[in-house]
Amino acid sequence: MIAVRAELPAPPLVELQGVDKVYGRGDAEVHALRGVDLGISAGEFVAIMGASGSGKSTCMNILGCLDVPTSGRYLFRGVDVATLTHDQRALLRRNFIGFVFQGYNLLPRTSAVENVELPLTYRGVERAERHRRALAALRDVGLEGRELHTAAELSGGQQQRVAIARAIVSGPDLLLADEPTGNLDTARSLELMRLITTLNQERGLTVIMVTHENDIAAFASRVIRFRDGAVVPGKGA
Amino acid sequence: MFLTSAFQMAARQIRRHGMRSALTTLGVVIGTAAVIAMVTLGRGTTARISDEIGKIGRNLLFVAPGAPRHGAAHGRVTAFALEDARAIAREVRGLVAVAPTAMAPVLAVYGNNNWRTMLSGVDHNFLVVREWTLATGRAFQAGEERSGAAVCILGDTVRGNLFVGEEPLGRSIRVANVSCEVIGVLASRGRSTMGEDQDDLVLMPLLAVQRRIAGNQDVGAILVSAADGESTARIQEDITRLMRQRRHITGDKEDDFAVRDLKELADLAARTTGILTTLLAAIAAVSLLVGGIGIMNIMLVSVTERTREIGIRLAIGARAREILLQFLIEAVVLSAMGGVLGIGVGLGGSYLAARALELPFVIDVPIVIIAFVFSAAVGVSFGFFPARKAARLDPIVALRFE
Ligand SMILES: Nc1ncnc2c1ncn2[C@@H]1O[C@H](COP(=O)(O)OP(=O)(O)O)[C@@H](O)[C@H]1O
Ligand SMILES: [Mg+2]
Repeated sequence: MIAVRAELPAPPLVELQGVDKVYGRGDAEVHALRGVDLGISAGEFVAIMGASGSGKSTCMNILGCLDVPTSGRYLFRGVDVATLTHDQRALLRRNFIGFVFQGYNLLPRTSAVENVELPLTYRGVERAERHRRALAALRDVGLEGRELHTAAELSGGQQQRVAIARAIVSGPDLLLADEPTGNLDTARSLELMRLITTLNQERGLTVIMVTHENDIAAFASRVIRFRDGAVVPGKGA
Repeated sequence: MFLTSAFQMAARQIRRHGMRSALTTLGVVIGTAAVIAMVTLGRGTTARISDEIGKIGRNLLFVAPGAPRHGAAHGRVTAFALEDARAIAREVRGLVAVAPTAMAPVLAVYGNNNWRTMLSGVDHNFLVVREWTLATGRAFQAGEERSGAAVCILGDTVRGNLFVGEEPLGRSIRVANVSCEVIGVLASRGRSTMGEDQDDLVLMPLLAVQRRIAGNQDVGAILVSAADGESTARIQEDITRLMRQRRHITGDKEDDFAVRDLKELADLAARTTGILTTLLAAIAAVSLLVGGIGIMNIMLVSVTERTREIGIRLAIGARAREILLQFLIEAVVLSAMGGVLGIGVGLGGSYLAARALELPFVIDVPIVIIAFVFSAAVGVSFGFFPARKAARLDPIVALRFE
């Protein structure tokens, strides 16, 4: 028994058990997710693929504790997220999860370094320390010398790097990236993927990434495919 | 800890939208300034009136013909006579002096200068009762009073208008076409609370006014000063009883004269001013509330504009209460800034107004503090609704907001 157990994969960092997500009521009802089961362990780099409208973003929102399942269970480090209050879920995001969006979502008219400082503000880090750590994170994503530029003064690739710096500055366990390269050209996309791969390999950061493109998904160690709100069985899940 | 950052964020936001912030706070600035100005000027007026009570002369009573309820000018009135004043002096206890007066509007002329002023026929008791001193010259002598000599004492305003750079004593002026010699000038008293110039008068012996100008024996009003420690109410009663008797008013017929305690009148005026001040300040406070609505309006716009920012903050791990606090603090900083500015404008404005109106400039510190707290409270109450709207946003919806 003990020997068998040792060969099992590490316990999952996040686990979805029979998760349904239904939007709307009555005629307007949309089943975005139907009985999704999946587990992702700490340190993994997982790509989620699937057609548009197949429920990828819905799944990411639930994994990111921005939303809750209509039914089924979502366990984050073994804790059922449904049992947490609004505030507790906010704290969970604050302390364990970093987000990267397709549209970068930087604060407009705010410098790169101030954008990166933002999560630390909510963690109560002192101003000087905040600044120091934000500069370090920007250096890690290769944006040295661009610290004082605002979003409008940065290219798309650079903005997405700022977003990654903002996501990792507080040292989260999990990075959720919903189509991070969706707005970038191929060269910029590959650069960004190399950065994310480095973070995954060198820091052990767990990465879950939604993408449409096979060559982007190829950076991941595992690919999960969605179809009509459910995980396609086979290799992956 | 988060509070410090929230203030920094608010400061940045306000600086970033400088023009908009300024216009937003304008309502609060005006409201606060209005409250401060009303209260400051009101307090100044009250202080001025209290000051006036002292200046009029302490314990001064004013006996004038005319029913008390209608004021002196109402209906046909029987004037007093010199003998009435003498009777008061003789029969009422506890008086310092009794001064009969007869007044007439006149034109005073000296050389090419003329000046429309009020002539008062008085005797030496007048200066005692009004606690008035002479700047130069001398008072009327007993002989001049008895004979009704053509001599006069000028109020400072009359002196200034008739004698430009010239020594008035010993000169002869014409008062209502009666030539008389200037024997003294009164010390200046400035304006009264009601804004009337107290130095705009000429004094002449009562008999001279009656004979040479009025052409009758009437005494218009009798000024009475009570001794310290005497009850003015009791003296008022005594004079009333005496006058009713002398004027043959019997039974429950109404008085056809009035005995007024000037201190009472001044107190009443001060009280009235106080009530008026409160009323005006309350009206001004309403404009402060209107300013609050301006803040609410802009905060609502701001929340909508910044929906995506709110979504980002929520995704990053901001709790609803932190979003609420951020917007609430922004509203409070805006309104408190308006409050401080308004206090400055209000104090500055009322300082200038007080100077123009020759009122004392009295800063009412509690009102300044209350105005500040009130303006901040306006921010809290009117900022709460928009802030709650921000805090209740769904992060997913907010992030998708275009
Ligand atoms: N907030 C929502 N309200 C109603 N329907 C939604 C909402 N979000 C997503 N959906 C629907 O759920 C389905 C899955 O959407 P989504 O998870 O965004 O797909 P994907 O990211 O794979 O393109 C779609 O049919 C979409 O229209
Ligand atoms: Mg999507």
